[in-house]
Amino acid sequence: MVSTMDMHLPATSAEQAVAPPLMQARGVNVYYGQKQALRDVSLDIRRGEVLALIGPSGCGKSTFLRCLNRMNDIVEGARVEGDIRLEGQDIYAPEMDVVLLRARVGMVAQKPNPFPKSIYDNVAYGPRIHGLTSSRAELDALVERSLRDAALWDEVKDRLREPGTSLSGGQQQRLCIARAIAVSPDVLLMDEPCSAIDPIATERIEMLIEQLRQRYAIVIVTHNMQQAARISQRTAFFHLGELVELGPTHEIFTAARSEKARDYISGRFG
Amino acid sequence: MPMSAALLVLAILALAALGHWSGARFARRARAAGQRLPALPVYYGWYVALWTGLPSLLLLVLWAATQDWLVRQILLAQLPPTLAALPADRLALELTHIRNIAYGLAPAQGASPEVLAAVGEYLRLRGLARMAGWGLALSAAVGGLAFAAAQLSPRLRARHAVERLVLLVLLLCSVVAILTTVGIVLSLITESLRFFARVPAGEFFFGLTWSPQTAIRAEQVGASGAFGAVPLFAGTLLIGVVAMLTCVPLGLMAAVWMSEYAPARVRDIAKPALEILAGIPSVVYGFFAMLIVAPVVRDIGTALGLEVAAQSALAAGLVMGVMIIPNVSSLSDDVIRAVPMSLREGSLSLGATQAETITRVVLPAALPGIVAAVILAFSRALGETMIVVMAAGLAANITINPLDAVTTVTVHIAMLLVGDQEFDSAKTLSAFALGLVLFFATLTLNLIALHLARRYRERYD
Repeated sequence: MVSTMDMHLPATSAEQAVAPPLMQARGVNVYYGQKQALRDVSLDIRRGEVLALIGPSGCGKSTFLRCLNRMNDIVEGARVEGDIRLEGQDIYAPEMDVVLLRARVGMVAQKPNPFPKSIYDNVAYGPRIHGLTSSRAELDALVERSLRDAALWDEVKDRLREPGTSLSGGQQQRLCIARAIAVSPDVLLMDEPCSAIDPIATERIEMLIEQLRQRYAIVIVTHNMQQAARISQRTAFFHLGELVELGPTHEIFTAARSEKARDYISGRFG
Repeated sequence: MPMSAALLVLAILALAALGHWSGARFARRARAAGQRLPALPVYYGWYVALWTGLPSLLLLVLWAATQDWLVRQILLAQLPPTLAALPADRLALELTHIRNIAYGLAPAQGASPEVLAAVGEYLRLRGLARMAGWGLALSAAVGGLAFAAAQLSPRLRARHAVERLVLLVLLLCSVVAILTTVGIVLSLITESLRFFARVPAGEFFFGLTWSPQTAIRAEQVGASGAFGAVPLFAGTLLIGVVAMLTCVPLGLMAAVWMSEYAPARVRDIAKPALEILAGIPSVVYGFFAMLIVAPVVRDIGTALGLEVAAQSALAAGLVMGVMIIPNVSSLSDDVIRAVPMSLREGSLSLGATQAETITRVVLPAALPGIVAAVILAFSRALGETMIVVMAAGLAANITINPLDAVTTVTVHIAMLLVGDQEFDSAKTLSAFALGLVLFFATLTLNLIALHLARRYRERYD
């Protein structure tokens, strides 16, 4: 099977620039009750690249991330304005099915949150609810492929029936990544995926993200500047609910235009 | 007489208040004189007050509990030989008679001179005992006051002493609670053993006929005395199952709605409203069951061509189920809400609907807690008495048809002990055996629920 994803593998940066972005956000405002959490944010999310969202706590980067798969819907009192499109389709349009949206825009949480089920059932959860497979063998294969893609298969292949919560923190986070990619999303959102795990596990996940970039558009929120510099191609700097600066990662980290971004990156505040 | 006892207690309290005042005054004066005390003045006050009040009040309670027994022992020792030679049960009867005359409950005419003499002696002894008790309590109060006052010095660490005394009081209170429980269980066990000495355990646990009328006189008919408790167990279970079939779906779905769907403001009203159900006295549920639900169940059954007993297990079980809805819903709501939000978000972000999230992630995660809630509710249903006394009837049938009349363990305990009873007949004692069985059933259920709830808490705290 030669999928569209494979066609993107050898894409050059020139091609990417020409191809329409996978997701487009224009003029996004978010309010939690009276408080405005995000002001007029516009940015694109492209295939084949990792976009890092950085900025001090409370700057709105997680809020923006949660707009992209409409997880803000379940926050009482949250209101989203503006235009966010996935392949040209307005994801906040009334006819948009949020269930289908979330199947295409997957998410990995800050703290590993495996379901209190077996490792196998954790990964099979999404495929089952979306009816992605028609036989047990197919499901087995999908679970194995997802676990392999999340670089977890070799560690768990003999204990698929054990509860997902019995894994270590780093393994749990990779399990959550396997669970997310099992439904073949187009975009993977990661909200500080390494903040709750140790440095060695973090390194494994960073390597994993580098591989996953080939097939998924990845948006990652991180507080770790080195991590953003290592794994992302573009970086967006948020401050007080505004997108202050957006550009290629190496530019942001070496020659940010705004003083705020330079101060933050050099560790002078945050 | 209760009047003067109240006066005595007031006197002790007044002494304690005096002690408090003098202790605090001592400390304030010492402070004013420029001395550094190791505690605030109020602790010196409490130090004296506690030493004054506590021992004397404890002594008073102890004395009140034992003086009757003491008087009786002394009286027994002094009885004339004609009375003392009587067999034990006659003697007990005579003693009761003497007491009744002394309290004016029985006429003194016609009593033998020995008895009348004993009455006089009894009254004298009782008066003496009371005086002695009061004297003891009062002197303990005065003694305590004097002792504590003598201890007062700028070096006395009054706060430590008061804290130790308060700790002792707390300890005493918990000991009383525990001892009471142990005492109840022990009396249940000993009385049950007496019952099983008369009726074989095999008959009780496996016999199929319950008819506890025993013959008091040998020639009495229709009083065979069959103590097979299986019909009672079966009836209890049947009504319990009907109650659970009512309350588990209703309570659980209410809990799911409250915790997952209801907006916070609605929930804040709906949950207390549901909990009001738990505040209705069970006797109210009882006549509701008897006067409204039972006839309705019967009418519906008759309309459908079914034969329904006037006091059906269905009616009693339905009402009992409604009564324990809050037990299920409130606890389940708590455990469902304790499931971490991150699990819900994990499921929703995979494209699961809210319903899928609830049925496949939230409820399985909350299951141990929900099971614990259901078990607690079941244990409550087994022990519930009033509704079944009023609505379930007395017929000890073995059936699984909820339209029949059945009876329960609790109904029969109530029936066995109502009215005049010989205390050591097998009939009366059977109530203890039934109570013991019920106790162990609910205890086991509660322990299981506790264990499940703890495991659940460990998982998410």
